[in-house]
Amino acid sequence: MKTRSLLIASTAVAALCTLSQSALAETTLEKIKASGAIVVGHRESSVPFSYLDADQKPIGYMMDICAEIVDAVKGELKLPSLQVKYQPVTSQNRIPLMQNGTIDLECGSTTNSVARQQQVAFSVTPFITSVRMAVRKDSGVKDLGDLDGKPVATTTGTTSDGLIKKNERGKSIDVRNLYGKDHADSFLMVASGRAAAFVMDDILLAGLIASSKNPADFAIVGPSLRDEPYGVMLRKDDPSFKALVDKAVTAIMASGEVEKLYNKWFMSPIPPRNVNLNFPMSAALKEAIAHPTDKGVE
Amino acid sequence: MEAFDFSVISENWRFLAEGLQYTVQVTVVAMVGGIVLGTLLALMRLSSKKALQLVAAAYVNFFRSIPLVQVILAFFLIIPLVLQLITGELTPIGAEKSAYFTFAIFEAAYYSEIMRSGIQSVPRGQVGAGYALGFTYAQTMRYVVLPQAFRNMLPVLLTQTIVLFQDISLVYAIGATDFFGAADKITQRDLRPVEMYTTVAVVYFVICFLLSRLVKRLQAKVAIIR
Amino acid sequence: MNYHWNWMFFFQEGDDGLRYYEWILSGMTWTTVVSLGGLALAMALGSVLGIMRTTPDRRLVAIGDIYVDIFRNVPLIVQLFMWFFVFPEFLPEKAGMWVKQELPYYVTAIVGLGLYTAARIAEQVKSGINSLPRGQRNAGLALGFTEWQTYRYVRLPMAYRIVLPALTSESMNIFKNSSVTYAVGILELYFQYKQIIEKTSQVLEITIVVTLIYFTLAFTMNRILAVVEKRTRVPGYISGGQGGH
Repeated sequence: MKTRSLLIASTAVAALCTLSQSALAETTLEKIKASGAIVVGHRESSVPFSYLDADQKPIGYMMDICAEIVDAVKGELKLPSLQVKYQPVTSQNRIPLMQNGTIDLECGSTTNSVARQQQVAFSVTPFITSVRMAVRKDSGVKDLGDLDGKPVATTTGTTSDGLIKKNERGKSIDVRNLYGKDHADSFLMVASGRAAAFVMDDILLAGLIASSKNPADFAIVGPSLRDEPYGVMLRKDDPSFKALVDKAVTAIMASGEVEKLYNKWFMSPIPPRNVNLNFPMSAALKEAIAHPTDKGVE
Repeated sequence: MEAFDFSVISENWRFLAEGLQYTVQVTVVAMVGGIVLGTLLALMRLSSKKALQLVAAAYVNFFRSIPLVQVILAFFLIIPLVLQLITGELTPIGAEKSAYFTFAIFEAAYYSEIMRSGIQSVPRGQVGAGYALGFTYAQTMRYVVLPQAFRNMLPVLLTQTIVLFQDISLVYAIGATDFFGAADKITQRDLRPVEMYTTVAVVYFVICFLLSRLVKRLQAKVAIIR
Repeated sequence: MNYHWNWMFFFQEGDDGLRYYEWILSGMTWTTVVSLGGLALAMALGSVLGIMRTTPDRRLVAIGDIYVDIFRNVPLIVQLFMWFFVFPEFLPEKAGMWVKQELPYYVTAIVGLGLYTAARIAEQVKSGINSLPRGQRNAGLALGFTEWQTYRYVRLPMAYRIVLPALTSESMNIFKNSSVTYAVGILELYFQYKQIIEKTSQVLEITIVVTLIYFTLAFTMNRILAVVEKRTRVPGYISGGQGGH
């Protein structure tokens, strides 16, 4: 009798588990089809990847790539009038919002890392940034070795922050971390002489320098501490959607469309203030476009 | 160092003025909300019901023991969770809106302490007199006690409001654009911290100094009338 | 609600190889260091300023008044930014560079927090001294005390006992106010709170824990000063046991 009720109970529990699992197992494509809308997460100030223009509309390199992906979704679902909703996200809430289904695609400047792949998935890599350092030209800092004993600015909550912490242990260089609340704050520390360098993704540094009052005062120096691939972020464990996204991105890489987009956003004046980042395509990125990959960085 | 260049102020005065306007708006909303809520809390603390006393005391002591920046950030992050619980929908509220709630709720704890001592400063006999006239509790409070408490405490309430006006600068923690936030954002773009922060400090000083002198005068007047 | 409670994350490792609870402990240490450092400076300077404002010397009174007016009418975060970004620029270039790159940040933070709090303590000390009957000073002078001796032996011992509850509440305030120093690079408790939220998104657990810690710090300060108050009480004079709440 006892065993039997135990059996019933465990069957019930098992059934309940399967039930709740299947409720969660709705694919992104099914969700989009059912709601008639795709929700694109975007950043507000990740220039030139994903940011708001003067009309508060999200634009950027990643937004253009996502537009291609949305077109592919429309084709796949045969829904040419599919509604596209935009949801601003931050570096703090983008992963939770992806996991809870608020957004279907995140088009920003999110590093595809192995750690993040535990929580979300990424498209093939359409951009690679290197972690380097921005310095004042008159500071005399040219290489990592010059930073010994100096304060170095870093922004909380980003991968570079962890990188310095790790590097600091590995190398004999002993820097003092100075935490800015965001990239602009960290850059201000360098500009005001509070910090000797700001170690960050080179593309973000180029953006900060290009939009500062005197871009000629600053330089990006030093070796790459590491390369970080950026990807379009997707929900985890959704192979059909990921295949569709990868196919769309790979197609524009093969057709040469990506180079055009790259030149539009990285080598020409861009809104809202017509600043030109002058950021030529790196060898690593050329390689990633020739041989698309979704490998994450450790 | 380089020469000072105050053109950064004149070029951006409009943005700064908008920031200052926001600071004033939050101050006013939080003052009104805080005084209303604070008065309720003070009445609860002075009521004869033990449960009400406890709730109000817990509220006041809680908010008086934790740093304002922490409350600002926590509310900013937790209010959407609570709203989601109520409405079932994800409703992100921006930093700017969040600050109005946070300050009203936080300042209520401080205003309530002021109102409590204001109410206690009204002689007990007056309450008795109110009852003797056939007033209910609410009427006694509304027509006899609170007007006097409010008047006695007006200078202290206003001094607290000057503190509140300065405290709005802590919305820096969630990136809202108050007066200080506006200055901070321009500084980060134009990289002129010296000119900008000095100007901000001077403006805060002038406003708060003048207001505190006004309060002092008012205090003298109120004191004479009494 | 899609909130996943997870109390165990405190034992997970952060980027730097330390566990999150260790981040909190280190934040607590910095909060304590900056607060106590600031408090020591504030007590010393605040007492001097407070006393100056009660002397017959008009210049001393004016200096004290101006100090209090300036430091009470500018928000703490703006004052900290002034010390951090503006003050070094007014020094000779070498000294400015030294302040910016060599001087530990916590020194700047302690100075900023201490000078801010000194103004508030000066107010308390002044009102404490002024609350004493004038006769006490006159009695002292009549006994042949100098002005300074009337402070040292007659007025201050009484005044400090009177303002102890107010000083207690300032001592508790400084622990709260020290949280603002995160903005000038101090890795204190609020900084770690913010950082842990960014890393883990476990907002509710960490909010509860950090709130409790701030409670505990303030309460500990309150109890320590309650003991001081009890020990220094003059029998039969000031109604004791008021504590600083």
